[in-house]
Amino acid sequence: MAITAPRALAPTRVDADRRPAPPGRRGRSKVGLVVRIVLAVATAVVMAFPLWIMLTTAFSGQQTFDAEVSVIPQQFSLANFTRVLDAWPVGVWFGNSVVITLITTALTVAVSVLAGYAFAKLVFPAKNVLFLVMLATMMIPTQAILVPQFRIVNGLGLIGTFWAVIVPGAAATFGIFLARQFMLAIPNELMEAAKLDGAGSLRIFWSIVLPLCKPLLAVLTLLALMYQWNDFLWPLIALKDPALYTLPIGLQFLQGQYQTDYGALMAMTLISVAPLVVLFLAFQRFFVQGLATTGIR
Amino acid sequence: MTAVSALPTTAPPVGGGNRRRRPRWDRSAIAFLAPALLLSIGFLIVPMVAAFVYSTARIAPLSGKITWLGLENYATMLSDPVFYRSLLNTALFMLITVPLSMAVGLALAVLMNSVLPGRKVVRTIIYLPLVISGVAVGLIGTFLFNETIGVFNGLATSLGLPNASWQSSGIPAFASLVLITLWIRVGFTMIIYLAGLQAVPQELYEAASVEGATTWQRFRFITFPLLGPSTFFLLIMNVIYSFQVFDTVFVLTNGGPGVATEVLGTYAYKTAFGPARDQGYGAAIGVVIFFLTLIFTIVQWRTNRNRDETA
Repeated sequence: MAITAPRALAPTRVDADRRPAPPGRRGRSKVGLVVRIVLAVATAVVMAFPLWIMLTTAFSGQQTFDAEVSVIPQQFSLANFTRVLDAWPVGVWFGNSVVITLITTALTVAVSVLAGYAFAKLVFPAKNVLFLVMLATMMIPTQAILVPQFRIVNGLGLIGTFWAVIVPGAAATFGIFLARQFMLAIPNELMEAAKLDGAGSLRIFWSIVLPLCKPLLAVLTLLALMYQWNDFLWPLIALKDPALYTLPIGLQFLQGQYQTDYGALMAMTLISVAPLVVLFLAFQRFFVQGLATTGIR
Repeated sequence: MTAVSALPTTAPPVGGGNRRRRPRWDRSAIAFLAPALLLSIGFLIVPMVAAFVYSTARIAPLSGKITWLGLENYATMLSDPVFYRSLLNTALFMLITVPLSMAVGLALAVLMNSVLPGRKVVRTIIYLPLVISGVAVGLIGTFLFNETIGVFNGLATSLGLPNASWQSSGIPAFASLVLITLWIRVGFTMIIYLAGLQAVPQELYEAASVEGATTWQRFRFITFPLLGPSTFFLLIMNVIYSFQVFDTVFVLTNGGPGVATEVLGTYAYKTAFGPARDQGYGAAIGVVIFFLTLIFTIVQWRTNRNRDETA
């Protein structure tokens, strides 16, 4: 995960549909429109092509391939799916991915909003230093800490369990900055009023701040889901038992098993990407806002 | 503080008992911060410090027994051709993918910011590869670029074009990595540039149109300068991404053929957790990746701070 100093959360309404195009001279703008449509269609075709190939190959029922590639689907068959599902515990891997992703996401979101609240609204010593330290941890590359991380997790006796992935996964600090940015915008007056009524920090956090943070929670949850669902390098090291594999690890394992049986491989790829694609299509606005703010991918 | 002073009941009584209000700190902050601090100390900060320590050691593959070597791992690095090749490949990967993905992403952002029927659909299609795992992307890539049964060579044949040796020669294999990286990265570039474009005030374009500026002039003298902060942010993010690239390379080429597409990320992993299982040397390569990332992060922080100060 590569992160640098976070940008402001507010001015990133990328999807807000405005009509900004400056009016050109009338005669040319019609030609311009046609050119733009052609370019847009070409872009869409190129960008969708790999996914289209995945989709049609997965449903082709084909096991062996020759140099004759058909871009237009010849038949519809679920044979590739049943072949993979019968031979390998794909259901177990899917379940593992769901369990690990949901627990890690819940932990990440909880840890992030708690710390974000402290950094945004509470007074305590060494606040700026601590914040800088947290900011600095975001740039630590996974590859740089693989060896010690493995020894620590192994020493804690977590290797061989889901916790080997979940606990280090919850240490993703990008959410703290997102949470802090968002909470800075909540007016202090709301909290001061509650304080006068005798509410403690926890109560203020729970009944005043958190209910105002629904957009933040949506962005945080979706980013954490995406990050954990797709995470590969650390689970590759931490999950050695095939019964514990997540989908990306299972996918990489099947690459070795099936070699050039791309019917089976694309079926498995489709199973692994489908949940996130559906989530993305449903909540595109929040995804885009989160990506634009944190720059994680 | 300002809110409190508005309320007469909490104003200090005039004349008497002038208790100076020092900012008292919230003890509850400890509880709010504890989970985040424990996790980042335990799984980020301690491991990073330990990585420096382990990079000066030989760790026996099975027993885990540690022999201290001083800087020997770094000396090995200096005479290790595979390390040099990985470093070179990482630099090449950066030099090729960063400008390309930024240019294409900017062009797409300008296109998607203009009047266009169905642009929401096109935009969604451009974003989609962003949410797909690196493993899935790499695996789709292996089918597209397979030399004998792959999609691209199949299409080339049916169009009467020569086939490329995507898997068996170095340069085409590297090109396949670049192409698949562009596929997943242009969406990210476009998101950032679109946000930047929508912050450009429309009045500027209108004024320029009145003065008779051409489309190119409007882009060159209004749009592009105002996108400066976005460009810089993207430059740094994309450079850091290219230093740390792993998933797609690991699955698509696994560094091959030979070491033609080996990058620092895959080499660090293979050294520490591959058959050699030389974890001390692997940690040393990890430290190199850390420093490369550090340099560019510092550049970004400094620039960010300067911009905040002048703003």
